[in-house]
Amino acid sequence: MDYATLLQILDSTIRLGTPLLIACLAGLFSERAGIFDIGLEGKMLMAAMASGAVAALSGSVWIGLLAGIGASMLFALLHGLASITFRGNQLISGVALNFLSSGITVLIAQRLFGQGGRTPPLEGAARFNPIDLPFAEALKDVPVIGPLYYEVISGHSILVYLALALVPLSWWVLSRTRFGLRLRAVGENPAAVDTAGVSVVRMRYAAVLITGVLCGIAGAYMATALQAGFGREMTAGRGYIALAALIFAKWRPWQALGATMLFGFFQALALRPDVVERTVGMKVPISALDALPYILTVLVLAGFVGKAIPPRAGGEPYVKER
Amino acid sequence: MDRLPKWADVALVPLISLLLAALVAALVLLAIGQSPVNAFNVMVDGALGSAYGWGYTLYYATSFMFTGLAVTVAFHAGLFNIGGEGQAQLGGLGVALVCLALPWPHWTLALLAATIGAAGFGAAWAAIPAYLQAKRGSHIVITTIMFNYIASAFIVYMLVDVLRPAGQMDPASARFPEGAKLPSLNEMPVLKEFFLRLNADGTPKLSKAGEAMYTGVPANVTLFIALLACVAVWALLWHTRLGFQIRAFGKSEKASRYAGINPVRITMISMLISGGLAGMMAINNVMGESERLLQNSAEGAGFIGIAVALMGRNHPIGVFLAALLFGFLYQGGAALGMNTTIPLEMRIVLQGLVILFTGALDQMVRMLLGRAFALTGMRAA
Repeated sequence: MDYATLLQILDSTIRLGTPLLIACLAGLFSERAGIFDIGLEGKMLMAAMASGAVAALSGSVWIGLLAGIGASMLFALLHGLASITFRGNQLISGVALNFLSSGITVLIAQRLFGQGGRTPPLEGAARFNPIDLPFAEALKDVPVIGPLYYEVISGHSILVYLALALVPLSWWVLSRTRFGLRLRAVGENPAAVDTAGVSVVRMRYAAVLITGVLCGIAGAYMATALQAGFGREMTAGRGYIALAALIFAKWRPWQALGATMLFGFFQALALRPDVVERTVGMKVPISALDALPYILTVLVLAGFVGKAIPPRAGGEPYVKER
Repeated sequence: MDRLPKWADVALVPLISLLLAALVAALVLLAIGQSPVNAFNVMVDGALGSAYGWGYTLYYATSFMFTGLAVTVAFHAGLFNIGGEGQAQLGGLGVALVCLALPWPHWTLALLAATIGAAGFGAAWAAIPAYLQAKRGSHIVITTIMFNYIASAFIVYMLVDVLRPAGQMDPASARFPEGAKLPSLNEMPVLKEFFLRLNADGTPKLSKAGEAMYTGVPANVTLFIALLACVAVWALLWHTRLGFQIRAFGKSEKASRYAGINPVRITMISMLISGGLAGMMAINNVMGESERLLQNSAEGAGFIGIAVALMGRNHPIGVFLAALLFGFLYQGGAALGMNTTIPLEMRIVLQGLVILFTGALDQMVRMLLGRAFALTGMRAA
């Protein structure tokens, strides 16, 4: 593989890894607070539809982004209601919300635009367009580093840089703030937090709503930055890959960056079978690359690559002592 | 919180959950400018109003019985098998390999072999997550989700690179031989009279050769295997030593371990049975209907099995009834997509709502009912 091709693939790695990264951080907040969320996929899909539709109607991508976050938070709230207030099964609630979003997005898009469940193609201010970082043009001709800066690091939409900034931010919130420490404690030992006079219910709702906001950004990125408009099932299992990345990263923000970019790299490779074939020297089935993130995650789960220990109170509703 | 009387817990809670789901679905329809009454009529007519509709409803119900039973068996062992989808896809691969292996002389032989193939492949696909759960403590929910995706990637590989006949464009296996064709309900003695085609005046429609004609439906002999499976699961869980061990393990792992029940053995066995049942779904759709292996053959039935088991309160009789209900929803939803301007996706919304209300918000219904019972003075005995 020559340098130019490598840069191209790294460029798509960042583009494809970004929605995974944001969704993965979304899942991180929820699961660290003890609420399993396999509904990342559904929330992303809702946000993709809402942002695509509103951006198309209003002509402003920022209003679209807000709408996406709103739609995703609505579903997050439903998940919270089912799993925190009514102490239902968190996994089943996630499955249900995924079903619901898969259908309802098409229903709404069809009702609004009548284009077979798609939203109209977005352009101009209705889309997040690539932005050039300072000096990208000027440094383009500097050997090795110049093209890297120009091709890979510069020229993404603002949401990509936001996603990257979210990594240290999440780390700081979760490990350096009172809020973050309480949030993690709620996921490990809710009874202790309760004894200390902090409301477990309120902490968990806060975590679930943060998940909603982040999934909203991830979904909006899908419809308004990665692609130009919403199409049915456009998230295509990314919520589940993010979930796999979350486990692969052992529920930690910096590792989440590494895991999602690795999985984004696999997705980028799957788009360029010719490159893979030339590099490996034999024909590799595309489906093997598709399956790789899941296989790696299973290996991690099995304890062959380090040990993934989930938050201890994960998945269990908290019942206050009387 | 007040405890509900048993009859209310078994019958009233699912019923009210279902009504709430229907109510929200009606609101969704109103919101997209459609008439819920009209939609309901179209669904009933499309799923139950004709022999053709029944044929499809029963066909879908057959698949859902298998996947519902699969979730049920695992659930009684305290395991949440969310991997029915992948296991059913692998079951389809088993069916395809068996059916394509020989020029089968008669469908009964083919059915027997295909059933073994389907159950075997499905069980094998469940075996790895089961082993990882039993031996290495990996959470079975996450591993089975991962295995769903690995399964679909594996099936794509098998269809594109291995099973696809030369010169064919779409990723699918070759057609199964004639001898592997399962009889549909409209081809079976006695039963076929239900599918007799009638003229407008009520006389049987006759072909050119003067023979009676029947409506072709996808529901096939597999329906009876599904019914047998319901009975078998009931007998296994409540009338055998193994069933007792499975249920004891599911109720309390510590207590069952103390009673000498081997946790590794029970986890493995119940997941193998569960995966086998999910795999057996493939004789209905792959062998009975499409007669070749297609991509994404299970079409979400593995996930619907979760809803079926939930609605059916993890009892084979309940699973049977819930499978019929979901068969109705599925075929009724197809009728909506065909005969109205409501998109086909409405049926996914319906399924989602039913899962949400019966599976995740059931506690809400229980709390409400508890209040109602307390008010009317009816207490649990």
